Order: sequence, then C-alpha cells, then structure tokens
Amino acid sequence: MTYITKPKLHHPGLATNKLGFTHRDYEGRISTLCAGCGHDSISAAVIQACFELDIEPHRVAKLSGIGCSSKTPDYFLGQSHGFNAVHGRMPSVLTGANLANRELIYLGVSGDGDSASIGLGQFAHCLRRGVNMVYVCENNGVYGLTKGQFSATADKGSKAKSGAINADSPIDLVSLAIMLGATFVARGFSGDRKQLVPLIKAAISHQGSAVLDIISPCVTFNNHAGSTKSFDFVRAHNEAVNRLDYVPAEKEITVDYKEGSTEIVRQHDGSVLKLAKLRSDYDPSSRVAALAHLQGRQEAGEIATGLLFLDPEPEDLHGHLNTIDAPLNRLGQDELCPGTDALEAVNAEYR
Amino acid sequence: MQPISATNDFVVKFANVNGSGSASANELFARAVLRMGVPVASRNIFPSNIQGLPTWYEVRVSGEGWLGRRGGVDLMVAMNPQTWDKDVASIDPGGYLLYDSTKPLPAAKPRKDVTLLPVPLTEMCNRAYSDPRKRQLFKNVTYIGALAFLLGIEASAVQWLIAEKFEGKETLIAPNLQAFNLGYDYAREHLKNSCLLKLARTDKVGNRIFIGGNEAAALGCVWGGAAVCAWYPITPSTSVAEYFTKHCERYRVDPVSKKNRYAVVQAEDEIAAIGMVLGANWNGARAFTATSGPGISLMQEFFGFAYYAEVPAVVFDIQRGGPSTGMPTRTQQSDLLLAAYAGHGDTKHVMLFPEDPREAFEFAAAAFDLAERLQTPIFVMSDLDIAMNDWLCKPFVWEKDRKLDRGKVMTAEDLEAGKTFGRYLDVDGDAIPYRTLPGTHPRLGAYFTRGSSHDSQARYTEEGNLYVAGMQRLLKKFETAKSLVPQPIERSAKEKAKHGVIYYGSTSGAMNEALDALERQGFRLDALRVRAFPFPENVVDFINAHESVFLVEQNRDAQLQKLLVNECAIDPARFISILHYDGTPITARFITGAIADRLKLAKAKEAAE
Repeated sequence: MTYITKPKLHHPGLATNKLGFTHRDYEGRISTLCAGCGHDSISAAVIQACFELDIEPHRVAKLSGIGCSSKTPDYFLGQSHGFNAVHGRMPSVLTGANLANRELIYLGVSGDGDSASIGLGQFAHCLRRGVNMVYVCENNGVYGLTKGQFSATADKGSKAKSGAINADSPIDLVSLAIMLGATFVARGFSGDRKQLVPLIKAAISHQGSAVLDIISPCVTFNNHAGSTKSFDFVRAHNEAVNRLDYVPAEKEITVDYKEGSTEIVRQHDGSVLKLAKLRSDYDPSSRVAALAHLQGRQEAGEIATGLLFLDPEPEDLHGHLNTIDAPLNRLGQDELCPGTDALEAVNAEYR
Repeated sequence: MQPISATNDFVVKFANVNGSGSASANELFARAVLRMGVPVASRNIFPSNIQGLPTWYEVRVSGEGWLGRRGGVDLMVAMNPQTWDKDVASIDPGGYLLYDSTKPLPAAKPRKDVTLLPVPLTEMCNRAYSDPRKRQLFKNVTYIGALAFLLGIEASAVQWLIAEKFEGKETLIAPNLQAFNLGYDYAREHLKNSCLLKLARTDKVGNRIFIGGNEAAALGCVWGGAAVCAWYPITPSTSVAEYFTKHCERYRVDPVSKKNRYAVVQAEDEIAAIGMVLGANWNGARAFTATSGPGISLMQEFFGFAYYAEVPAVVFDIQRGGPSTGMPTRTQQSDLLLAAYAGHGDTKHVMLFPEDPREAFEFAAAAFDLAERLQTPIFVMSDLDIAMNDWLCKPFVWEKDRKLDRGKVMTAEDLEAGKTFGRYLDVDGDAIPYRTLPGTHPRLGAYFTRGSSHDSQARYTEEGNLYVAGMQRLLKKFETAKSLVPQPIERSAKEKAKHGVIYYGSTSGAMNEALDALERQGFRLDALRVRAFPFPENVVDFINAHESVFLVEQNRDAQLQKLLVNECAIDPARFISILHYDGTPITARFITGAIADRLKLAKAKEAAE
C-alpha cells in the first residue's frame, strides 16, 4: 500500500530519546518490499537501535548496492544522505566516503546476492583494511529482485522455488569476515528482534569493521520446504552462542547473570557488551575457535547466531593511514594548497 | 662519406640493458647539456619487464628548442650486445658509434659510413673497481665521461650535477666522479678530434624546468587540493600515485599533530579505486585516480553512474598502446572514444588534453575545479610520452590570489534560510544543480545518490517526461562545459592559409617543428591545438574557414576526427587524417613528410586542371 503516504503527525505520548526525537524521526519512506519480507524487520531493528542509541539521524551515511536489501536504506533514517551504488560495489564507495569524513556513522547495507558473488572482492578488501563501518548483509540465499535465482550463500542441496537443487558449495560470509580481520562479526535473524537490536547497537558503537550477517527469509522466493533460509528452517536450526545486552557508556552495569556464564566486554567508546553465554565453551575472542565452531555447526546443518567474534580494541583504516582527527572534507585551501612560494621552490629544484 | 658535423643539433641514443643502472647515468648527460643552456628533448624507450631486456634513451639536442622527436640517430652509444645489429643499422650515414672496445668487434668494420669511437669500458672499470656491482654500474658513468669530452661538455657542469644528485649520500660522489674522469681522460688521450658533434653554451633554456609528466600531474593534484587518491598499479600511471604520496609527505603533514591531511589507498582493483574516488568526492573531499586504458575499461560502469548521478571525479588516463594489454610501455592516443562515451546508455564526458608536463600540472589542478563545478568526472588524457619522459617546459605557476572553486554546495545556513533545494534542480539556468554534503543539516537537504532514473528532487521516477528532462539538462550541462574547459590555441601562418591542421596532446612538440619545416618548404598551414572536449565553437569555425583540415593523431582510427564528426556534425571529407601509432612518439619528419606529400599532390592536381 505504498501509494499511501505516512501521516506527518504522531501520538503525543510517543516516547522520546535523549535528543527529543521519537521513533518516527528515525523512519524513512514506506517499504515497497513484499509483505512479510525479512528485510523490513531488519529495517525496523535498525530504526529501534538508532533511536535507543540517541544517534542524530543526519550523522549517518547509508550506502548500499543493488538488490532488495539495497533498497532498504530508503525505508529508514529519512534525514540521512543515501548512496545506492552499482551491484557489488558499495564497500569501495563507503571506504571513500569514510576517508572524506571519519566523523559520520557508516551503514553499508547489502545482501547475499550483492556481497557474495560480484561483491565478494570488495567485501573482503574493506574488511582487510579495517574500514570503520557496519556491514549489514541481509541474507536470504536468493536473488530476490531478479526473481529467485540461487545466490552464493545458498546451501548445497537446498531447493529453489522452481524445484532446482543447488549443487554448489555455499559461501559463509561470517567465516570469511573472521578470517579477513573484521573485528566484530555477528549473525542474526530477522525473525528475532530481541537478539538483533543489541547486535546492531553494539556494531554501530564498534570502532572498526563490524559485520552483521542477518538471515532474512525471502517470503516470495525462498520460504518453502527445501530452503535452508526459510522462517521455519531457521527457527528450527538456530543455535545462538550467546545473548548480548548492550549498555551505553553512561549507564551503570548490573550483573544479574550466573557468575562465570556472563562475559563483560568494554568497547573503546566506553559502551559495555554483556555477553550471556548460551554455550559455555564458546569464546568470541578467538578467531580460530570461532571458525572451528562455525564449520562444525555448518556441517551439522545448524546456524550459529549471536556475537561470534569481537576484538574490543580494533584498529581502523584512518589509524593505519595516520590521518588528521578532523574530517578531510573540512580542510580549507590553506591546508590543502602549498601556495605560490612553495611552487617556486619546486621549480628551482627542477632546473 | 663525410662525418656529420653539427653544433647543438644532433641526436644521441643510448642502447642499454634495463636494470643495469644506465638510466641514472644517461639522465646525468641530459641534465649536463641543459646546464649549458642548450635545450634537450629526452625519451625513454623501455620494455615491459623489470630486468634484462633492451632499453633505449634518446637525447635530442636542439639549440633551436625543438622538443619533439626528430627521427634518426647521429651518435649511438651501443651497450647492449642483444640489439647491436639493429642499433648499428639505425645510425644516420656519417654518424658515430661509441662502444665498449674491451672485446673486439664481431665484424671488421660494422659500417663504412660510421665513425667508430671505441672505449675499453669493461677493462677500465675492472681495473678501477673490484665489486662486481660497481664494475657494472660505473661503466655507464665512464661512457658519460667519454661523451662529455667528445661533445665538449664542460666537465665542471657534470661534476656539479653529480654533487647535487648525491647530496646526502656523499660517499657516492667520489666513485662517480672517478668513473666520470676515467672516461673523460681516456677520450682526451685517445679520441681527440674524432667527433664533429659539438655543444656550445647558449641561453636558450632560460628559466625552464626539466620534469616528467606524472610527477607534474601529481604536483597539480597537491596544489589542486586533492585529499584522497585511490589507485591500482598499472604501467604507465603508477608513478602518479607514488609522486602524489611523496609530495604529500612534504606538504600535507599537519605541523602540530604530525598527522596526514591526505589519504592514499592502493585499491584491490580499478573498480574499487574509482568507487573510492566517487565516495570521497560525494562526501566533499577532492579525490582522484590514475590509470591507463585497461583501467578505464574496467571503470566504465562507475563512469556512467557518476555521469548520471552527477558525482565529481578526476581520472588520469595515461594512455598506452592498445587494444587490450597492447604495448604497456609504448605511447598512443587511443582512448579518446572510450573516455568520451564511457558507460552504457547516452553518456558524454569532459576530457582535457595536456601537451607536456607543464599542462599536466595546470590541467590536473583545473580538473578538480571543473569536476566540482560541473559535478561530473573529468578525464585528463595524458600519455606515456608525457608521463614517463622528462620534458623541458615552462615553470609551474600558481597565482597568489587563486582560489579553489568548490562548486555549488548548499550549506546548513542556506537550507535554514529557506533556499530551495532539489539535488537535480536547475536553479541558475546553467543546468548545474546544487548538492549538499552528508551530515549537513538535521532535517533538510538529505537525498539519495543513485544510478536509477530520478526527478529534480532525486526521487526515483519512471515517468518518461521527467527522465527526458533530466537527460536534456545533462546535455545542456555539457554545453556549459564548453566555456569552462581549456580553450584551443590557434597559430596562424604568416599569411592566411588555405589549409589547416588540428592536433592535440604530446603531438605538439613534433608539430611545432613540422610547421616550421613546412613553412620553409613553401607550405603554409594555420594550426589549431585542441585542448579539451567538448569542443568550443571556435574549433568548428576554424574547420569551416579552411578548404581542408589535416588531423594529426597517434591512433589508428582517427578518434578525435570521429569525435568532431559526431559532435559538431562535420562532413568527414573535410578532414585528412595523418596517423602515427606504432607506439613510438610521433616525429617532426613524419608529420612534415606526410603533409608535404599530400599538399604536393594537391598542387599537382590543381596545376593539371
């Protein structure tokens, strides 16, 4: 019902955050995705997370590629600038934008179609570089916008709506991200908002490359029996390794979990992640252990979700390049152009 | 056969094995001549390899100041046994051959019409040095010493240069001087009066500088305010990024924090490089990339995006021999059609054609202003000849009151004040809208940048009339560009000429000399050097004012001609193509011969009628 515009007025009793904004101030346009699409739940989770984090909407830059998931930035944070790049190439554009202004929050929204095939190279390299961003992959195992072809994350043996069976091995973006040096790697499920919102909040406040692989069933093309990315399948095979509570820097921490089964991790910006272990043997600080666990669960046909890997002291690209603290896009002529006399000195060197 | 006798007018060609340290020594020679006030045009001809293959360095000494290749060789320094036969054969009759006489020559006398200048380089260096690397390296400096005596280069000029070159590495000065003197003394003892090619001090160099095109472009990027460089290595553009980094380390480090006011990222491929450039420019930082033909091919999708979504970008195409991998270390001007229309659908891009490093500097800096003013990619079409050779050119200039033009950017204050904003709204009639930068205002000014069809408010639309209106505005914007880009430079003959000649880029060195030679043969031509695309109106006027127009290009398919025919609706029959595209820089002899032949034919036809 996208021809109906959203009403500008809202209930006076609507809750406001520290900035005096309501939930509505973090919304975008009405979604044109299919009714029941997992991506819309993710958009709602993003809205909630940004609202709860007291983020100024216009200080977020939303970048995406091409695909159903890449359309979603239209549906949240209407006051933010957006950039729909070409297929698979969002990471490079985001990297450049980030270089120009390190003070904004960068949300890179993509899908399995956009990131795991044509975009696989750029996915890998922006993580290698440690670009400070939230990389959201809305993963449904198919190319929704072009009507249901398998994507590269589709499990081997899974069945398409047409009945075709996928014979290719799947790409696991989460394992790749861990291997490539991403410092925050998590997997969520669009159908579990309670798990998802804290993960998004933690990812946004993480000052390094944060990857969120969110299984997001495609109700039109991949929600049938035989799919390993359907609502039913994910619910039945979802093995969360931990539960995350996000505590902003200013809040006091209360420990109300059993001793030994909760880990408290303080991030660089002061925020705190309370990780309640659901598997006592899962250690999110070890890349090697995380990879082994993920491989093991995949072989067993299970989907590991939660905060899978965290390095609480990440480096980022700006750090590696030793750029000034102020944004590069604020430099004035005096700081950019060496001027007339300096050029004369150059001339003298080349005579 | 009389040996060639010339003062300040000859070509010395060095044939070496690359990776042997010859480049450094040969450059010393060129600079020594310059220090005597005598103009030189020097060119590298090097293979697509790191070590062990033939490489040539050609130094044209021209007291008259001609900077193009002349063609032919007067004195060959043949240091590469692999290319010996070819090198000897290439010497002009009456020329000279300097070689390492430690081993006897294969044939008794390679050519009857060539004067031999034997110097026992290996023997001398083996006696003077024990380290094998030194023995190899200093052979080069030794033959420079011999040459210096033979041609009459003031020894002090070279000694001064050596001291300058190794400033900071003083331990290298003495052995280099020693090697130089070895050769100089040997020639003075054994080769007196053997060579009639001479150098005489003049004041023709003036205050000109001697610099390579890629370094010049990089300097232009620094002065032009580039904050971000994203690039991928490819011959011959790699050194643009390297020089940019080098000069940023000098000029762009905050003196207090010691942190960098720039970012250089070596991307994983050319597509990522241009993606980063667009992201940075979108977010208000001047950004550029440098690549060659193959990279431009890869980047096309993003060029179409930047054209349609109107994102600034500066792209250096250092053209090389194509198509495909082509000849990576040879020059050509064959990417014009590619750059002009890069990307599927109806696209048109601005191109600048620098003629030498001086214009590479100027156009690089100008490109950033143009990119932000026009909100579109600007292609600086350099080539290997300009990029990888040192050229004598006018010094770089930056006027004291010159301001960077950041284009139409709406600020938070503008938005607060209620100024009408639509990302693709033509408010001033020049078809250039305003943009806002991300993060500007809490409630106003946000929009989506996308490659899909949009209305003036950047909203997605599939309505035909809105789409057409947008496309028409882009055409109008391209028209606006005509008055903003570097204008063509006309050079009229002494009397109004019937025929004209159009040329562009690095052809200019050879063209200037050819015009002079043609004039002396009685052929008068008006000349026009095109410096940018789109073509300003006076290019068309020039063509219409002449019976026919020669078009000199360094590509097979007469690409500039095709652009003129396409864009200015000119009958192709008005043009006579003069094409040179074997990968070597075009020469004055070639242009003169080709044009003279055609004109003689035309004259004969006229006489017969």
